[in-house]
Amino acid sequence: MSSRDLPETAETVILGAGIVGNSLAYHLARYGREDMVLIDKGPLPDPGGSTGHASNFLMPVEHSKEMTHLTRRSIEQYKEFDTFTNSGGIEVARTEERVEELKRRVQSAKAWGEPGELLTPEEVEEMVPYVNTDLIKAGFHSPGAGTCDPLRAGEVMRARADAIASGEVDPDEVSEVEPDGGTAAVDQESAGGLTVSPNTEVLDLHVEGGEIQSVETDRGTVDADEVIIAAGLWSPKLAQMAGVEIPLTPAVHQMVSVGPISFFEDYEGEISFPVVRDMDTQMYERQHGNDLEVGSYQHRPILWDVEDVPSIDEAPLSPTQPPLTEDAFEQSMADALDMVPELLDDPDAGVRHEIDGLLSQTPDGGPLLGQLQDVDGLWSAAAIWIKEAPAIGEALAQQITRGWSDIDIHASDVNRFYEYGNSREFVKNRSAEGFQKIYGIVHPHEQWQTSRPLRTSPFYHRQDDLDARFFEAAGWERPQWFESNRDLLTEYNSELADLTRPNEWDSRWWSPIILAEHLHMRDNVAMVGDMGFTIFDLVGPGATEYAERMAVGRMDVDVGKSVYTPILAENGGFVSDLSVVRIGENRYRVITGGGMGGSDKAWFRDHLPEDGSVQLVDQTSSLCTLGVWGPNARDLVDSVAEEDMSHEAFPPYTAQKITIGEVDAWALRISYVGELGWEIYAPMEQGQRLWDTLWEAGQKHDVRPAGMGVYGTTARMEKGYRLFGHELELEYNPAEAGLTFHGVKDTDFVGKEAYAQALDEENAATLCTLSVDDHMSEDGERRFMLGNEPILDQDGEVIVDEEGRESYVTSAGTGASVGKHLLMAYLPPEHAEEGEQLQVEYMGEHYPVTVEVAGSRPLFDPENERIRS
Amino acid sequence: MNTLACVKRVPDTGAKIVLTDDQQGIDTSTLGFTMSPHEECALEEAVQLTEAHGGTATVLTLGSEEADEQLRTGLAMEADDAVLLETDGEEWGPVDTASAIADYVRDADADFDVLLFGNESADAGNYQVGVTVANQLGLPCVTGIKNLDVEDDTVVAKREVSGGEEVYEVELPAVVTVKEGLNEPRYPSVRSKMEAQKQEVPSVQPEHRGADTLERIRLDAPEQEDSEAEILGESADAVDDVVEVLREDLEVL
Repeated sequence: MSSRDLPETAETVILGAGIVGNSLAYHLARYGREDMVLIDKGPLPDPGGSTGHASNFLMPVEHSKEMTHLTRRSIEQYKEFDTFTNSGGIEVARTEERVEELKRRVQSAKAWGEPGELLTPEEVEEMVPYVNTDLIKAGFHSPGAGTCDPLRAGEVMRARADAIASGEVDPDEVSEVEPDGGTAAVDQESAGGLTVSPNTEVLDLHVEGGEIQSVETDRGTVDADEVIIAAGLWSPKLAQMAGVEIPLTPAVHQMVSVGPISFFEDYEGEISFPVVRDMDTQMYERQHGNDLEVGSYQHRPILWDVEDVPSIDEAPLSPTQPPLTEDAFEQSMADALDMVPELLDDPDAGVRHEIDGLLSQTPDGGPLLGQLQDVDGLWSAAAIWIKEAPAIGEALAQQITRGWSDIDIHASDVNRFYEYGNSREFVKNRSAEGFQKIYGIVHPHEQWQTSRPLRTSPFYHRQDDLDARFFEAAGWERPQWFESNRDLLTEYNSELADLTRPNEWDSRWWSPIILAEHLHMRDNVAMVGDMGFTIFDLVGPGATEYAERMAVGRMDVDVGKSVYTPILAENGGFVSDLSVVRIGENRYRVITGGGMGGSDKAWFRDHLPEDGSVQLVDQTSSLCTLGVWGPNARDLVDSVAEEDMSHEAFPPYTAQKITIGEVDAWALRISYVGELGWEIYAPMEQGQRLWDTLWEAGQKHDVRPAGMGVYGTTARMEKGYRLFGHELELEYNPAEAGLTFHGVKDTDFVGKEAYAQALDEENAATLCTLSVDDHMSEDGERRFMLGNEPILDQDGEVIVDEEGRESYVTSAGTGASVGKHLLMAYLPPEHAEEGEQLQVEYMGEHYPVTVEVAGSRPLFDPENERIRS
Repeated sequence: MNTLACVKRVPDTGAKIVLTDDQQGIDTSTLGFTMSPHEECALEEAVQLTEAHGGTATVLTLGSEEADEQLRTGLAMEADDAVLLETDGEEWGPVDTASAIADYVRDADADFDVLLFGNESADAGNYQVGVTVANQLGLPCVTGIKNLDVEDDTVVAKREVSGGEEVYEVELPAVVTVKEGLNEPRYPSVRSKMEAQKQEVPSVQPEHRGADTLERIRLDAPEQEDSEAEILGESADAVDDVVEVLREDLEVL
């Protein structure tokens, strides 16, 4: 094979021929791309990235629904490529705390529709006779787990991609395609199919006018409509060539292979025993032929600079397999010897292979997927494990070609770190911190500790003085509750008696003060801020038309009017829910949650009209937000505002410019907590003055600060308000979520057809609010669910709707005013009846629950009298 | 019988060797270290001889304190003892190295019957240390050995030459320098690796005499031709193409 030129043009260029790039090529072909180029710096079939040294096992059950579904879908694909061995997998517990965690695993397995069961040590021994059962207290068995051959899968996918894209084979008959190693010669004349170009180095990515133009390599330049970076730990280097950032760092995962082990000689094939994860030591032991692979995440974080990763020529094994750092592995060797002594003390067995395997670590451990918002047509498909790669390739191909994916991957959007979390320092700190959480017991509300505080509002110091307990969202420091409100616990002692949480796990990252703040706000008045909103204005002569096209709600409203609206994909699933305020004839302000703000902005930016008639102006870092809510909110704000704040002068769901003391602000009469009051927006630099003015005036009303515990959970849930990423996601439509109050407007908007159809059809599931009837566990402790638990019928079976979606708790929180612990869940019609008795599984036990509301009617103040008062 | 295997810590390089900017050494910033492959066989032989005949096997190196890593590898490969002749970190020439090793052997409590060296180190390749040690200690020496037996007080050592082999019988004690292929070095077990980490490794500071007179000016890495492989095909379908290459291009059929 001599040096050769690449085709001059292509629809799609994929950078990286590991499992991710191959999967993208295959699925993009399935979804209609006909002319693709797949480039790798390394040779085939193993170009030298992480795909070539991974341990290749797939354990589908995780606490994340998205990841569980992606792994399950990937297993289906590996099976279909004939590259999967169903070995099963077992996570073992050495400690009581871990036994509880494994019960939670069973719970997640049920919630996400994947089989999984708890095992006694004896049952573990029956399946894996070489495990030292003296060490373990229980096991979690995942029968669907197994191992795959990602290099072979890559060959299959490349061959299929070429066959489909070049029109030789119908996608439905693609299983007949024989892999040829994907090295078909390039025909420069006929563009089409998949051109695979190994040993090709990318020298530059050319961008013009914010759009990707071409990929320059040492074998020529290819003009491309879209370029996907799927280069594993090298992805940041490629992104940099286009002037953008992909926040990941190479990190070491240590692995050794020990053999030959005589015990395995009697068994044929690659693997005959379940993969064992020794969770408490953050290790795994996995049979591989006559060898045992021992991998560890226990060692100290060892992060690499991508510039230090050697080239293929320079590396003795491969670029991603530097030599084992011996001292870091010492404890792991001792722990492995304890767990599988029979195998590792085999007199003939030695350590045949030992590496510091390099993988991609991100600030939150999740993949980095989606279009990079500063360069149209440039996509990231990075930090993806073998276990989820085929499904992510599929989901991204769907997103690229039709705008939404079957499995919602919004939590992995690369833009979630946009404008705060792309720095090397942040990536390094969070990656090191996150590395230690792999196999760890991570509480659902656990907070990151490093690189904080990063984004602070002007209220930060005042809140800190009030002993705020800060949680972080998208870098923003937001008080969850205030220790200075502890005195309220005495005041509301009787109301809270049955709502406090005796169990340590249930009450971790939580305080009963949240409930006291809630009650005080409902009785009096509270100040909440900053919520960390992402705020951007849509400005220009085309603003109204554009806003109409983006939103379900009607946008051609009076200036000053606010509209809460779903934002949908073409399939009618949720991209976001947010508020839009018409602040001028040709000016709209979009206010959305901070956590997904980067993704929302990317969605809006990507849909901007090409004629330039609308500009997107980011206000996130310009405006702070202070909420003032409660029955006394008007008295308080009125006492310091120059304007008339009466109901008549300032009706609900409208916005006006106001002046609070010295501060010129902008107020929106709206409430996510179901109270009279305003969100007051002010320039960041005047925020502290705004706080001080309201705080001082509020003293005669006993104004209290309230945290996000009230705002985001307790008050919201009493009002039945939905939260994006919890209740609202691509897999459910607005009819199911109960957000149909807009009806179907005349003007066209994204997702209209699917939305209209969903309104016509009977819901396959309806979002309901449930309450827990009895909290008492078998050992007499009152337990409180935290979210993501499966909903069971009276027989103890997980409820599944006709579309195959399991019912699970999308949000859990305590409604302090209604005096109940509340759960939200989608239920199929036969169960979505008010008064219906069901069960929820929590930590291995079943608790009775009742459907309080089917639909979106608020449980507290159903007529919204407070907001409208 | 007591055996001594002398090993050297060398960079574990890939196909392309990167030099430091001053061309005085190999850029090892992303590389691991290993012992020279010939020496791995010397060590394995030292261990096998004591396993067969009794006695102790000692692994020795001269180098910086980092060379402790290679001694631990030696212990994990079942050497009984290890000793570090610790230097200041400078690269020592072969004469100074040999002198330090000869001094150590003279003063050691144990009497070594077989002193094993690699034929040459993987990095410097001076081919001198083994013979110089033998010379300084007044011991017989055979080099380039790929087969070795001990019978009573005699070493029978074989060296491959073109068309056959040379067989030497040498009386013990003796110095033998060996080549890769002598044996198959063992993989250390997990347990022996662990125990090797805990074992005490004595260190002595030999005198740096400065007797080497060769001076290195700089290192040069020769330009490498890019080599490429072509996949002719998979399974039986590839036969015709393979035959064609064998017949036409290589003319071996």
